[in-house]
Amino acid sequence: MEKALLNKLPKAKQYLYGIFSVIIVAAICYFLSAYLGYKIVALVLLFTVSVLAMFLDIFPVLVVALLSALIWDFFFIPPTFNLLISNTEDGLMFLMYFIIAMVNAALNYKTRQWEKIARKREEKRNTLSLYNTLLNSLSHELRTPISTIIGATDNLKADKAKLQEEDKDVLVSEISKAALRLNGHVENLLNMSRLESGVVKPIRDWCDINELAYDVKHKLKEYSANHNIKINVQENLPLFKIDAGLITQSIYNLVYNALIYTPANGTITITAFKQDKNLVITVEDTGNGFPENEKENVFEKFYRLKNSRTGGTGLGLSIVKGFVGAHYGTILLENVKTGGAKFTIIIPAEASATNSLKNE
Amino acid sequence: MSKQEILVIDDEAQIRKLLEITLRNNDYKVVEAATATEGLLLAASHPPDLILLDIGLPDENGLEVLKKLRQWYNKPIIILSVQNDEENIIKALDSDASDYLTKPFRTGELLARIRAFIRNSDTPQETSTITFGNLCIDFKTRLVKKDKETLKLTATEYALLCLLIKNEGRVLTHQYILNQVWGPAQADQSQSLRVFIAQLRKKIENDANNPELIITESRVGYRFVSPT
Repeated sequence: MEKALLNKLPKAKQYLYGIFSVIIVAAICYFLSAYLGYKIVALVLLFTVSVLAMFLDIFPVLVVALLSALIWDFFFIPPTFNLLISNTEDGLMFLMYFIIAMVNAALNYKTRQWEKIARKREEKRNTLSLYNTLLNSLSHELRTPISTIIGATDNLKADKAKLQEEDKDVLVSEISKAALRLNGHVENLLNMSRLESGVVKPIRDWCDINELAYDVKHKLKEYSANHNIKINVQENLPLFKIDAGLITQSIYNLVYNALIYTPANGTITITAFKQDKNLVITVEDTGNGFPENEKENVFEKFYRLKNSRTGGTGLGLSIVKGFVGAHYGTILLENVKTGGAKFTIIIPAEASATNSLKNE
Repeated sequence: MSKQEILVIDDEAQIRKLLEITLRNNDYKVVEAATATEGLLLAASHPPDLILLDIGLPDENGLEVLKKLRQWYNKPIIILSVQNDEENIIKALDSDASDYLTKPFRTGELLARIRAFIRNSDTPQETSTITFGNLCIDFKTRLVKKDKETLKLTATEYALLCLLIKNEGRVLTHQYILNQVWGPAQADQSQSLRVFIAQLRKKIENDANNPELIITESRVGYRFVSPT
């Protein structure tokens, strides 16, 4: 962790810290030179270079190694205060010092490269298992409606005469339901890939939040037969400059999610108000809330709750987070006291002075 | 009366088949083209009463085809597009496309769009009063009544309502409405437009939160529809 942190230091700072450390250590050794032999100093300096090699990139380490060799030669090898070396033993020692320092730097660098590769492999493995989970839930989610369509059309084709009128009607309505479900998944997948490729740029325009909330309620009519959707928009809420398409989709996904996971006869409440310079929208349900230890993960792509039943692709909430993020907004999840879950979207947005024009 | 003829320009055979069956069973005559070149040729050799034009054609961008057609063809052209492509939809409407449909579309929607144009080009509106459900507008006296009660509309609200009604069934872009009602100098009044629409809905709709007359086309504009 610490290594990774120091690795991020800009090059200039790496050189600065490296050189600075060597000079400090050399200075201490110099003041203690009465007690330390110059050969011991070599070991101390080598040690310093080794430690630095653990944190710095290869070039700063090589520079530090070279510098420390020169300092050792100049200040410590007799005759001091010049680069001359008087005897062969010292000459050999200087050479070996230099080689050890360089090898040290290179080896440390290599080790770190290996670590990096190992880390990448691990990441790849994690991504792979993530994609396997995705493929499992996604293929289920895509294949169910496709199977319905194929099966129902086969039936209609083969047994035109035998099928009862009402059965025909059921099959046709199943086909239509399956197609709508497929369409929803494709919409989510396309939105996700738009987010991933970074092409989601909000087109902000004035937007009536009340209208937007009712639009979501209207679009979810088919799914909300057993639930009550309440809309609670602050009186005289101004217009906000947001991307109506993206925010509608976000609220849609939150309410849809709530409808799916809230037991029958529950209530889902959409609230909207202005707070400071932000538009705040909340979606609250009367379901069972989220397990505390999984709350953090629900916005992750393809994440599905450990005990969630089949259905869903794990994309809905991460798309909400992406769309809200594209507005520089934030999304929060909490469990309310009554047990349900509450999502809060906070979007910094320009607000109109008023929402009613009395005088023309 | 001979059948109205519709030219379908779409590269997807399945979509063409679907449109052909739907339209034929609703008493239209259908001509199909799979490419822009073929479509332009067919349109020129035998001008149809309406064109359904796909934006994503293999040989030429649908927007370009639209511009070429509009140099001489002034009957309705309805654009077929995909969702999340409001930018191209607005461009197409600015290039004089009559309306648009996003795939996947519902059959009812498709037929309503086509009807809005064929009816309007058939019978030019000469009546001085027009009724939509419990709403009645008298253009001569400039009176708007809901359930026989006269509504108090401001001049702008009335102008906005007239513009929408005159284009019943068709989408009007924000920009177009602003130009028509506020004038080209006031093109940045988009904030007021939202407010006026909300106020107008409060007056004419039975439930302003579930509008049945003035429908919002998200990020594109508004459409006035006759309640069913």
